[in-house]
Amino acid sequence: MEFQIPNFYPAAPELAVVAISLLTLLLVSFARRRASQIAYYMTHVALLLAAVLTIHVSRDFSATIGKLYVQLPFSEFLRNLGQIGLAYLGSSEMSFTFGQMYLADPLGDLLKVVVCASVAMVLIYGRRYLQDRKLESAEYYLIILFAVLGVMVLISAGSLLSVYIGLELLSLSSYALVAINRDSIRSTEAAMKYFVLGALASGLLLYGMSMVYGATQSLGLVDVARSLVDPQSANRTVLLFGLVFVVAGVAFKLGVVPFHMWIPDVYEGAPTAVTALIASASKLAAFAMVCRLLALGLWDLVEHWKLMLLFTGVASIVLGNLTAIAQSNLKRMLAYSGISHMGFLLLGFASTTSHGSTNAYASSLFYVLTYVLTTLAGFGIILLMSRAGFEAESLDDFKGLNKRSSWWAGLMAVVMFSMAGLPFFVGFFAKFFVLQALWSAGYAALAVLAVVMSLVGAFYYLRVVKIMFFDEPAADFSGIEACFGVRCLLSVNVLAIALLGLFPSFLMQTCVLVVQGSL
Amino acid sequence: MTSLPYLSFSIWIPIFGGLLTLFAHSERNAHVARFMGLFFSLAGFLVTLPLYVQFDASSSTMQFVEHTNWIRYFNAHYSLGVDGISMPFIILNSFITVIVVLACWEVIQKKTAQYVAAFLIMSGLMNGIFSAQDGVLFYVFFEASLIPLYLAIGIWGGPNRVYAAIKFFLYTLAGSLLMLLAFIYLFQQSQGSFDLADWHALKLDMRAQSWIFWAFLASFSVKVPMWPVHTWLPDAHVEAPTGGSVVLAAIALKLGAYGFLRFSLPITPDASQAMAPVIIALSLIAVIYIGFVAVVQTDMKKLVAYSSIAHMGFVTLGFFMFNPLGVEGALVQMISHGFVSAAMFLCIGVLYDRMHSREISDYGGVVNVMPKFAAVFMLFSMANAGLPATSGFVGEFMVVLGAVKYNFWVGFAAATTLILGAAYTLWMYKRVMFGAVINPHVAALTDINRRESLFLGVLAICVLIMGLYPFPITEVMHASVDDLLKHVAAGKL
Repeated sequence: MEFQIPNFYPAAPELAVVAISLLTLLLVSFARRRASQIAYYMTHVALLLAAVLTIHVSRDFSATIGKLYVQLPFSEFLRNLGQIGLAYLGSSEMSFTFGQMYLADPLGDLLKVVVCASVAMVLIYGRRYLQDRKLESAEYYLIILFAVLGVMVLISAGSLLSVYIGLELLSLSSYALVAINRDSIRSTEAAMKYFVLGALASGLLLYGMSMVYGATQSLGLVDVARSLVDPQSANRTVLLFGLVFVVAGVAFKLGVVPFHMWIPDVYEGAPTAVTALIASASKLAAFAMVCRLLALGLWDLVEHWKLMLLFTGVASIVLGNLTAIAQSNLKRMLAYSGISHMGFLLLGFASTTSHGSTNAYASSLFYVLTYVLTTLAGFGIILLMSRAGFEAESLDDFKGLNKRSSWWAGLMAVVMFSMAGLPFFVGFFAKFFVLQALWSAGYAALAVLAVVMSLVGAFYYLRVVKIMFFDEPAADFSGIEACFGVRCLLSVNVLAIALLGLFPSFLMQTCVLVVQGSL
Repeated sequence: MTSLPYLSFSIWIPIFGGLLTLFAHSERNAHVARFMGLFFSLAGFLVTLPLYVQFDASSSTMQFVEHTNWIRYFNAHYSLGVDGISMPFIILNSFITVIVVLACWEVIQKKTAQYVAAFLIMSGLMNGIFSAQDGVLFYVFFEASLIPLYLAIGIWGGPNRVYAAIKFFLYTLAGSLLMLLAFIYLFQQSQGSFDLADWHALKLDMRAQSWIFWAFLASFSVKVPMWPVHTWLPDAHVEAPTGGSVVLAAIALKLGAYGFLRFSLPITPDASQAMAPVIIALSLIAVIYIGFVAVVQTDMKKLVAYSSIAHMGFVTLGFFMFNPLGVEGALVQMISHGFVSAAMFLCIGVLYDRMHSREISDYGGVVNVMPKFAAVFMLFSMANAGLPATSGFVGEFMVVLGAVKYNFWVGFAAATTLILGAAYTLWMYKRVMFGAVINPHVAALTDINRRESLFLGVLAICVLIMGLYPFPITEVMHASVDDLLKHVAAGKL
């Protein structure tokens, strides 16, 4: 058998992350005093490089944009900015390398770029928080780099094995990150819970994968899909068993009912900077996993997994929203609200119809992107409010924020209104998109339920606004300390929520075209 | 015809003005914020005047139309336009905003910039609601307008403000979410269009129409508010700052009624006709039962709040008799109520600023110390009671005439409002104003100053002009109302 050298080109972003993380490891072991600083900047370099490579390598971004730019007069260019970005993203199609282990497509590219951006934001928002608690270390950034690598591998996984490898890399890094404050009992307890449950979920997923492999004799997702088309070729009973376990593993990663138990404890116990990472990058990874495993590999079983997703989605929305009301800890509240948001995402994803599933997938892609944007801003503000020895995570810590700083109170209010799904903020259009997908797939009753539950959700988001605007501030307050850059980035982040709420068209088109090009 | 985009101006000048005002947030700059507020509200009002001047009253089509792509994927457009039904409300709204800014001048001392900004932004959003010709755009304005009012009640309201603010928000949100689902359904039925004109022309069977009608009713009846979903209103009014009450009564309540005209009647004409008896019954309950409830109130603001519900009952009554007299009367009543209720709340605000009490029993003999105030308050009370020669009379009279045409006993029941209205308003007036000065606090009251005379005087002039010569207002709405009623009569089945 002849050994072929695989095409490394599509995997350049991942390779760049690997190379820089190894380089950082080397540098850090020689630099004595400024190790964490070096690691911090190297991580940013790695993320930037990965994002640029993702855009550049896979499809000559510069050439396409440049060509279109020359062709169009400037005003026209601005008006058609949406189309241009997309004409290019949508034009590409799926390409494979390393056998079928690795695939590159527009969806993966988009998710990778967003992951890099969101992790960079998490790093910037969380740096002072970590310094105040003496948690900033080179290892922290290195582990984050490995987690990013895991997410990227997961996103571009073309076979069951690479899905699993990416997932484990991400999970093991996350366990370590949650426990990074090793002297805190709360953190270590959270990490322990996360680890035990996470290991169980990985086991379930692997078990499911082995059944899928047993039934189809293939690991590559495309091969699996191909062998499912012929109903005679695979043993359906085994496949369905496998599917249940796969969905369970995915549901655990997304943190949806009934596999949500770890979410509140981990959100609350982890240092807030790590929570922000788990709430953003890891949701994107889970979404990618849903796309790869269910929409690509097990597409033929759509009628089966659709029901499972609808059930978990509805259960998450109901349980997440109802439980969030009772929380007095903001991080815990955001954890439960995150559960309900992931429920919305699944409802969108499961609204496939016999006419096509672009609408469904695009709605859930739009949902997860905007959710990540919003939740990053939310955790960013929590990080901004906390100081050395003060966590700013209880709802009471936000009392009377409007009197202390109208600007941050206003921005937090935008985040809350967006999460509640009120216009003119992007959260409204995310919900609208999902509701529309649900309705057009014929699930009118579920749409009504989702609407009722978002009313319940509005209550606890409004309560945060109430606490910030209507209550009197606690007496012992000192100013908000953060460097100019963090303030600017955070403000831009929140303004993006409002701007996307005014002009959602561009992002929607992006999602639709990306989905059309990939799934 | 190409003209300036006055509708966009009327929406975005107040909104951007409000956002700019937020930057004058430090307490030192409070005066800057007030002047900015006055400037932007006046600018917002002035750009609405061409809407009336250049309006073609003989046509029932949408005028001042603006149409651009907004959300391509959903085929939603930034589509604006007004007809004779919506145009007066845009002017009314922008006008009331000026009054609200003037009324808060010395009264609001904490977070002035935010207060002014909230009302400016709300004014822009309300104009958006009245001019939107696209379902998504309408919904977005409709729901976004909850936010500033929620904050206004919660920050500057009375002791029980948090409860009132959340109740107001959740009640109205619950209704509008159901409307959103109806919109999604219509979007699907009309092969992917959010254009209101398409929805008006869309054929629907009775079953679909009834579902949509109920979904709309859930949303609009809460906004109006109709009995029995009115309970948020007295709470919100009592706890709201004066400006909040004025905007709530003068504009926000009109949104529900406007929704009936723009959505329920033309989109579901057959269901509307079938359900008309239900709506008429609910309206009469609002007029009579709520009228009695108003009589027994001990809090002035609550009393006027209940009287607002009764007056709005009149409006829904007028709509669902489907004759031109009733609908036009209801529209006149809406505008008149905009002036009168605004003035009533401002008058109560004048007293409250001095005494910090709204209890009727804390007052007595105010006329002895505030003669000028007593005179204007008298005028507004009379208008609230529907005295001829005030604006309150015109609308009520037209609706009663329309009701008698529809059914004598409905007209009879509706006419009781003339007695009840007089009973609760004038009795309150008597207890507050007449008699001997009952306590030293009242004795220490000072009469209205120039600023207060200004805005009360302007409103008094509006009330009188509308009462004596309502023609300019009925003239513009005539063609649109006729067209609407023809459309409703034709049905969709």
